[in-house]
Amino acid sequence: MSDPLLSIRDLRVSFPTRSGLFQAVRGVSFDLGRERLGVVGESGSGKSMTGRAILGLVRPPGKVTAERMDLGGQSILNLPESKMRALRGARISMVMQDPKFSLNPVMTVGQQIMESYRLHSGQGGRAARDKALDMLRAVQIRDPERVFDAYPHEVSGGMGQRIMIAMMLAPDPEILIADEPTSALDVSVRNEVLRIMDKLVTERGMGLIFISHDLNLVAQFCDRVLIMYAGQVVEELAAKDLHNARHPYTQGLLNSLPRLDHQVDRLAVLQRQDSWRDQTPPLRSGA
Amino acid sequence: MLKVENLDVWFGDLPERVHAVRQASFSVAAGESFGLVGESGSGKSTILRAITGLAGGWSGRIEVAGEAVSGRHRSRAFHKTVQMVFQDPYASLHPRHSVDRVLSETLHLQGMDQIDARITRLLDSVGLGRGFRFRYPHQLSGGQRQRVAIARALAAEPRLLLLDEPTSALDVSVQAEILNLLSDLRKDRGLTFVMVSHDLAVVAHMCDRLAVMRGGEVVEQMAAPVLRSGQAHSAYARDLLAASSSYRRESA
Repeated sequence: MSDPLLSIRDLRVSFPTRSGLFQAVRGVSFDLGRERLGVVGESGSGKSMTGRAILGLVRPPGKVTAERMDLGGQSILNLPESKMRALRGARISMVMQDPKFSLNPVMTVGQQIMESYRLHSGQGGRAARDKALDMLRAVQIRDPERVFDAYPHEVSGGMGQRIMIAMMLAPDPEILIADEPTSALDVSVRNEVLRIMDKLVTERGMGLIFISHDLNLVAQFCDRVLIMYAGQVVEELAAKDLHNARHPYTQGLLNSLPRLDHQVDRLAVLQRQDSWRDQTPPLRSGA
Repeated sequence: MLKVENLDVWFGDLPERVHAVRQASFSVAAGESFGLVGESGSGKSTILRAITGLAGGWSGRIEVAGEAVSGRHRSRAFHKTVQMVFQDPYASLHPRHSVDRVLSETLHLQGMDQIDARITRLLDSVGLGRGFRFRYPHQLSGGQRQRVAIARALAAEPRLLLLDEPTSALDVSVQAEILNLLSDLRKDRGLTFVMVSHDLAVVAHMCDRLAVMRGGEVVEQMAAPVLRSGQAHSAYARDLLAASSSYRRESA
């Protein structure tokens, strides 16, 4: 990885609270190339906040600091909102967990995709319409003309998520941040959505940050995995080595899952240790 | 313990009636743990809601502990026998009622005596200390809330627990704790479980037998070991198993 798309060093996100400063992200560093990078952790581990910080979506009074946060060699740390708007969508995009809350309920699907495309490309309506239909086809929606004129409540969850992906990809971003993109979906639809994202990464050479709580899914889908605990990356490894993880937290997460191929009487319960909070740098293997 | 025969459940009126469950039949013996699996919209939760009288119109036969139920009304005795735990512990607890109030109200409604002592015992049995008694839901984590919801269900000392995705809103490490708790409670109290989940691994871990549902119909019933070994009869059950256990890349 000689030329990373995104390079982050010592990223910190903090929020003032009544009981003092709360640090949601405490010194995260990584480089993203043209690859599928998985970010795994439990709720509250700071994985979503890392994604939001990259997009400049942390609202005040939350504070983002970093030694470095570079997109293609340019710093994007705490850019003014007007500059950030030009980047967001055009160069970095985000797909959120639940399409029900991220699509505008009173605009047709087609209008929404066209809006995001026209904003970033400056193209006219006709070109945008063609692009929107193309994008819907690219995410394997069988009847794009019908879906184009449909409202979000008229499509299923899986289709909604594919529409979100279509919208995010219309301006052709270099980086896609997907925050639990398949957690709200059924397994059969989930695999379809993953396949679409997979294809886009391999065909367009996009960098994908895949945020998820599902270790096994990430191991199968991604190239490299960061495991987060209490705002820090505790372990980094190649996805294929996940089952040889060395950090007790990663091992604990893996062991606490019930498995179809292995029957146990009781599930192993994770015993958290205070020392995990202050362990830097992350364990690395194979990556 | 529970017998469901030719159950149909529908919502709305003709001509826009939606059939959520069609001709579902299964039975669960006392002390058994039975799973209902399927994708969203397959009708698995609707069956539980029909049993407890929460679903719209239904026809067929539902028998709990040898007694048939009808319509939407359920007797006092029914609620002493059957209790339900819901998916979302963030939504199923009243935000302005303390744990103490949630439990004492339930115990009172069930006509129990020695409410004070019972609350202490309930909290102990779900692994929450006495210190949690006067807390409010927002002062509890998701796992702790689900423990309170389980304690509330146990307050009536039921024999049949209906579990609707009890751990799908929780982190995997917390899921393990709650599943262990449920297994222990079943063993200690000789409970019967009917558990709805979209997670095949969770159902295989918790249940003796299960039914696979699709589009409101029961596609297949099987013992958990059959599911594990991948020897399901129907193609749909095998597909579901394949889809949930792995994602395969098409590109290299």
